[in-house]
Amino acid sequence: MDMTLLLLLTLFVVAVFLGVELITKVPPTLHTPLMSGSNAISGISLVGALLSAGSGAGIMVNVLGFIAVVLATINVVGGYMVTNRMLAMFKRK
Amino acid sequence: MTTFIYLAYLVAAVLFILGIKGLTKPRTAVRGNQLSAMGMFIAVVVTLFDQSILSYEWIIAGVLLGGTIGAVMATKIKVTDMPQMVALLNGFGGGASLAIAAASFLDPAAATNAVALISIGATIIIGSVTLSGSFVAFAKLQELISGNPIKVPGNKPLNAILLISAIALAIAMVMDPTNTNLMYALVAVAVVLGVLLVVPIGGADMPVVIALLNSYSGIAAATTGFITGNTVLIVSGSLVGASGIILTQIMCKAMNRSLFNVLFGVMAEGGEKIDADEVYAGKVKSTSPDEIAMMLETAERVVIVPGYGLAMAQAQHAVRELANVLQSRGTDVKYAIHPVAGRMPGHMNVLLAEAEVPYEQLIEMDEINPQFEQTDVAIVIGANDVTNPMAREDKGSPIYGMPILNVDKARTVVVIKRSLSPGFAGLPNPLFAMDNTLMLFGDGKKGIVELTQSLKEAE
Repeated sequence: MDMTLLLLLTLFVVAVFLGVELITKVPPTLHTPLMSGSNAISGISLVGALLSAGSGAGIMVNVLGFIAVVLATINVVGGYMVTNRMLAMFKRK
Repeated sequence: MTTFIYLAYLVAAVLFILGIKGLTKPRTAVRGNQLSAMGMFIAVVVTLFDQSILSYEWIIAGVLLGGTIGAVMATKIKVTDMPQMVALLNGFGGGASLAIAAASFLDPAAATNAVALISIGATIIIGSVTLSGSFVAFAKLQELISGNPIKVPGNKPLNAILLISAIALAIAMVMDPTNTNLMYALVAVAVVLGVLLVVPIGGADMPVVIALLNSYSGIAAATTGFITGNTVLIVSGSLVGASGIILTQIMCKAMNRSLFNVLFGVMAEGGEKIDADEVYAGKVKSTSPDEIAMMLETAERVVIVPGYGLAMAQAQHAVRELANVLQSRGTDVKYAIHPVAGRMPGHMNVLLAEAEVPYEQLIEMDEINPQFEQTDVAIVIGANDVTNPMAREDKGSPIYGMPILNVDKARTVVVIKRSLSPGFAGLPNPLFAMDNTLMLFGDGKKGIVELTQSLKEAE
């Protein structure tokens, strides 16, 4: 096993534990915004999508990349906006 | 340049973590969401400088299209429909990871080593299951298809066969990376698996399914990260994956059911079948808004118990109006929130927040339960199984052991409900037949509005 893979696996496992620690502290009242907010974060796959959509590896790769860009951008834009909308409701008094 | 990009990814990952940390308190939550969005912006912008990007046409078109759809969805969606929105977003997340994995498989430069190929296979399986499963969940929530559990004959063996075939196809893909047919077959098998996993699950179990699919969409993003060794994808994907898993656990615990039982639509078998007529016969008392208003006039402590019916009737603003009138008379009003009330984690909280109910008045189950004995009137609107005392008392009952709101301990219970029809568990609710319970039959919103009117007139 090469070192890079080991480092990536380490990163993965540590991030899962960090996630567990963080999320258990989120109060139930914010569970819906937590879900839509994490939808937005999982839109990070946009980063991978951009590379596929812009690559010179052929039209099929570009088209699949384009689809991925559309879906991930919906998650990013929709996720952050709807989370913001909900959280604003919790904030006001 | 690569060093710079990866340092920027590190900054983005830190901002995501701070963003989630902000969500641990309602006061810091908006700021947290902004930090998280900033992290996303940084990650996306630096990626655009990557040298492997040769042309920007597809990127610009995709971002414009996706951004428009996302913005329209986020602004137009009604708060009552939030579970559908989250279901769709879960599906899109899975779909995006699936498309990236497929693109990487077709790109000879990306699918170079065994690790990349294994990650591609895993991403295709998880991404496809998330995509199709989320669309079935969406269709159920939107009532495009029946929200009831749909029995699939041979469900368990069939799913097992599909899963084994999917893994076999993924292994074959690693062995023969030039064979694109294997990839299409894998997508097809995994999509069918996703559909079959969610179809048998009924409406009231949706909080578990949505949380689980949320987790899958994160895991799919993380496995996508392993294809090219992208650190920010791995970190963010695992955070989301962990989040979904924890919510899934919380939901399962609140229903006293194992994840396996929820996924395979197993309800515990009850002893003898309980006859609804026997439970209700001659004991159910119907009441009128005027009568309840008279009771509320002298009540000191009132607890409102909302359920999915509140969302269905869009009654959150009417409920707030009633609470306002009560509070202006000096009555103490609280809301009792069961963790699985509604169709997704936190559904009731968001609905009531939309109606400007301060979150301090929303009390969790464990905290409110000891307070019911000092409660003069408990108003149950659109909740059923989560108030069923059989879960506490009847060892033979299929829902025995499920934590419930002890509404029956209140001095008087008012249940606003269309009829005596059973909830998701299909059981009669002895609460409705208790001496201290009054039923107000009819639409939830109409009932609350009339009640508020009577109370105002009494002044």
